[in-house]
Amino acid sequence: MPEVKDPSDGVQIDLISGERMEGMTGMEKIRMILDGVREGNIVILEQGLTPDEESKLIEVTMTEITPADPEDFNGIEIETYPRGETDAGLFSRLMGKDESSKLTVIGPANQIETLHKDETLISALVSRK
Amino acid sequence: MGLFTELRDSVSRVTNRLFSEDEQKRIGIYGPPNAGKTTLANRIARDWTGDAVGPESHVPHETRRARRKENVDIERNGKSVSIDIVDTPGVTTKVDYEEFLDYDIDEEDAVRRSREATEGVAEAMHWLREDVDGVIYVLDSTEDPFTQVNTMLVGIIESQDLPVLIFANKIDLDGSNVQQIANAFPQHETVELSALEGDNMDEVYDMIAEYFG
Repeated sequence: MPEVKDPSDGVQIDLISGERMEGMTGMEKIRMILDGVREGNIVILEQGLTPDEESKLIEVTMTEITPADPEDFNGIEIETYPRGETDAGLFSRLMGKDESSKLTVIGPANQIETLHKDETLISALVSRK
Repeated sequence: MGLFTELRDSVSRVTNRLFSEDEQKRIGIYGPPNAGKTTLANRIARDWTGDAVGPESHVPHETRRARRKENVDIERNGKSVSIDIVDTPGVTTKVDYEEFLDYDIDEEDAVRRSREATEGVAEAMHWLREDVDGVIYVLDSTEDPFTQVNTMLVGIIESQDLPVLIFANKIDLDGSNVQQIANAFPQHETVELSALEGDNMDEVYDMIAEYFG
């Protein structure tokens, strides 16, 4: 493996397993994602967020944008494979079990650009900070 | 008044509040920036109340605060449907002040608009989780609807079990593709319109009355 002497020479990619996310609260997940993204990392979630968590992710992201210094943080790019057509029942939704296996890629908007996305492929260009 | 009478009246008040058909429903107008949400809100408000909701502009994020127009009474087929319209800021996951500079806005004003835009998006998300009873999701029919923001937003709306109508706006423009929007969200009813020109507003009001009445 090539040696990276200075972390600024590369882009860190965090692949986060569903198991690691399992015991976390929604806010803990959002904090973990945004802390990583604000450091310039690409965060890949094995299991996606629930719609409620996605809603809060957008909300918290907005509160952390620094408009006067977009080089610092101007938001996120997020891509997810399209949701399956399966319509989970009310019980499953109440139990929060309808969001399994939804691979999600999140990165800093000023460093990541989606090149291509379809049902089976997400292709992104990532630049160093 | 006896204890049981008080209890009965109290329960009656609660159930009336929960299940009253006359209760004013708040319908949120959501969508990405520049889809024509305020133009639509103004069109509806002007048609039924004579007033506008807010200023329209081709500059994105012109609406940076949610605005509510109360008591919009829409009459269809001899019945009256009364709703509150909530025009919300366009939802996005990123805001960069430099995008305002393309519209002859100076840097200081652009930074201020960006800050307000971020607050507006956060506010819109909060309204969606807490304060609306139904959603009109507005899309520019000349743009690709298959974006992550649209997918996420519609997913969030569905998870709240809110009734939703998809409006394919700007059908007066070249390149409008309503079918593409219908294909993107086949689980929902798509209505085509031009809020600016007032095209197909009869069907728009029929559908609003049917879904939110």
